[in-house]
Amino acid sequence: MGATHLPSTEFEGTAVDDQLEAEAEARLGSPAEPMVQLLAPDGTLGTDPQFSAYADRLDAEKLRGFYADMAKIRRFDLEATALQRQGQLSLWVPLTGQEGAQIGSGRASQPQDYIFPTYREHGVALTRNVDLAELLRQFRGVSNGGWNPKDTNFHLYTLVLAAQTPHAVGYAMGIQRDQKLAAAAAGTAADRPAEPKAAVMVYFGDGASSEGDVHESMVFASSYNAPVVFFCQNNHWAISVPSSVQTRIPLSNRAKGYGFPGIRVDGNDVIAVHAVTEWALEHAREGNGPVLIEAFTYRVGAHTTADDPTKYRESSEETLWRAKDPLDRLEKYLRAQGLADDAFFARVKADGDELAAYVRKTTRSLETPDIRTAFANTYVEAHPLVAEELAWFEEYSAGFVEETDPAGVRNDDAATGAVR
Amino acid sequence: MTTMTIAKAINEGLRATLDNNPRTLLMGEDIGALGGVYRVTDGLLAEFGEDRVVDTPLAESGIIGTAIGLALRGYLPVCEIQFDGFVFPGFNQITTQLAKMHSRSNGNLAVPVVIRIPYGGGIGSIEHHSESPEALFAHTPGLRIITPSNAHDAYWMIRQAVECQDPVIFFEPKRRYWLKGEVDTESPGASADPFKAHVLREGTDATVVAYGPLVPVALAAADAAAEDGHSIEVIDLRSISPIDFDTVTASVSKTGRLVVAHEAPTFGGIGGEIAARISERAFLSLEAPVIRVGGFHMPYPVAKVEEDYLPGIDRILEALDRSLAY
Repeated sequence: MGATHLPSTEFEGTAVDDQLEAEAEARLGSPAEPMVQLLAPDGTLGTDPQFSAYADRLDAEKLRGFYADMAKIRRFDLEATALQRQGQLSLWVPLTGQEGAQIGSGRASQPQDYIFPTYREHGVALTRNVDLAELLRQFRGVSNGGWNPKDTNFHLYTLVLAAQTPHAVGYAMGIQRDQKLAAAAAGTAADRPAEPKAAVMVYFGDGASSEGDVHESMVFASSYNAPVVFFCQNNHWAISVPSSVQTRIPLSNRAKGYGFPGIRVDGNDVIAVHAVTEWALEHAREGNGPVLIEAFTYRVGAHTTADDPTKYRESSEETLWRAKDPLDRLEKYLRAQGLADDAFFARVKADGDELAAYVRKTTRSLETPDIRTAFANTYVEAHPLVAEELAWFEEYSAGFVEETDPAGVRNDDAATGAVR
Repeated sequence: MTTMTIAKAINEGLRATLDNNPRTLLMGEDIGALGGVYRVTDGLLAEFGEDRVVDTPLAESGIIGTAIGLALRGYLPVCEIQFDGFVFPGFNQITTQLAKMHSRSNGNLAVPVVIRIPYGGGIGSIEHHSESPEALFAHTPGLRIITPSNAHDAYWMIRQAVECQDPVIFFEPKRRYWLKGEVDTESPGASADPFKAHVLREGTDATVVAYGPLVPVALAAADAAAEDGHSIEVIDLRSISPIDFDTVTASVSKTGRLVVAHEAPTFGGIGGEIAARISERAFLSLEAPVIRVGGFHMPYPVAKVEEDYLPGIDRILEALDRSLAY
């Protein structure tokens, strides 16, 4: 590929170019659109009549946790990008720049909530305790999934854009029915403890917002008052196409057309994202229906490791956004408030390096599956055609075993030097 | 034994599944108060309520997509697509999501969604209301496709589709909805396995394989051929994916001749797949090439000429004549 856009771990505090900012905002059609922001890029904490109450609930440990999560996932992102460059992964989808949106929203979710990601939600995966090495299976080509969603209520990545949005609404409709079934059962067994109320959160981007499935999902969600939060990360670029091609109005405004609340939040402000998402999930869990959150953020790096942003955007735009970095502003706040010291940040860095080492080591040892597992997992129940083809494959494969040398290396592999 | 139409048999089968399992639910356009445009869900809303019989927005991708989500939450959704030609807005959800979920989750997730689709022509309808898109789905691993041809099968096969842990597309022969038959709601009898083909009529000279709406046509053709002294075996395929090749192979091994009939275009169709498999399995038994009788390579034609398009008794007899002439 051409220029490499490795996400940098340290953002420069470049002065904001007013003209650039005006141009960037002009592309969104409504530069004056209000946006919930609590933590400004300079690290000062502001107020919001609706959401400050949520921010006030955050203690120092929680805030340090947000920073640690964001730093950890950024370090992971850097490592995964490097692993792709070294041929250990076939592709990587970097998230750098979107840590605030992902950690803030993911940390607002409860264990009983169910999350449908798209394919860039590594930060959310971290908050749901998905083993990050397992996350790499898909990108190493050893699985199309990689983890069991039932373990963490974090669904598999979905690559067909927006296809997961109706799944989320259907899942939320299931939660509604579960509550009714549980209520009916409670009538006969009053001593049974009530299940905690749950909601669904589904992620998609500004590009996917143009897909029909988003529209249909929002219609269904609204019609049935489903407990679902639509979390749109507007990172401004759908590969090479700017968000202005997807929408001429702020995406959050679209919720009005469906009849539920839409909120634009500063996606690089982890405190505001957390506050807005906590509110939205509570709103949904309590039976008040869906919410659309538009997290206004920026994909600082490439779309994937196969992409080259120099072909379609000015690097000065990236510089502009690096000045709004989600980690920098929280670090400034934590230091200014005396909530974290050098030792904390050193420890966070060491933890990140440890995670990177773990991921590097584990990625190399991710086991290549046997194609027999693909035969086994196409259907749940026995299937005669699959059985017939598997039997043929076994017989065909057995024909090669006789040609195996004493060391057990198949001759065709030995000839090509294939690494198994 | 009760006599009922195919539409009523499906209705009764759905009622039984709703009765048996509180996690079964129906969803689709106009399936509630109206009872569906073919009245297949008639009365079920009143009996089971709007959480179990869900009138959906007019959005096929949304219907299939939300059904997938409900299945992930442990429900057993049965979706109705109003007409064959309207399934395509949901095609993406069916082929990229529903069919692959079990596989891509490495077996951790199952999505037991049933999709009911009235299909086929012969009702004099307007565009997009008479198509037979089964081959498009049969080409997608992960799906199962079944289609009843009589009321007893209709009752049991819809119940079996709901019980199946894999996604099932249930094609309903719409021009046979009002065909009456005996239904034993106590026992499936020979219909215990929905993926097994049935030999409906035994014969020695040639085999005709058909499914869904063409089964009565194939039986009538066999009657006509008998008047000319030909003994024709008729197989109701019942399952389009998987296909019960054992039953077809056994029949062809006996008769040596095979005609496959379906309404869908022959090119790239189910008949071609059966012809290929049978040529591999019973090559030395074949006295003639496998002959396909089906739709032409054209969009489904206007209603006034559909009789020229649809395989009827004479088209099947003509194919049998060609086969028997070898």
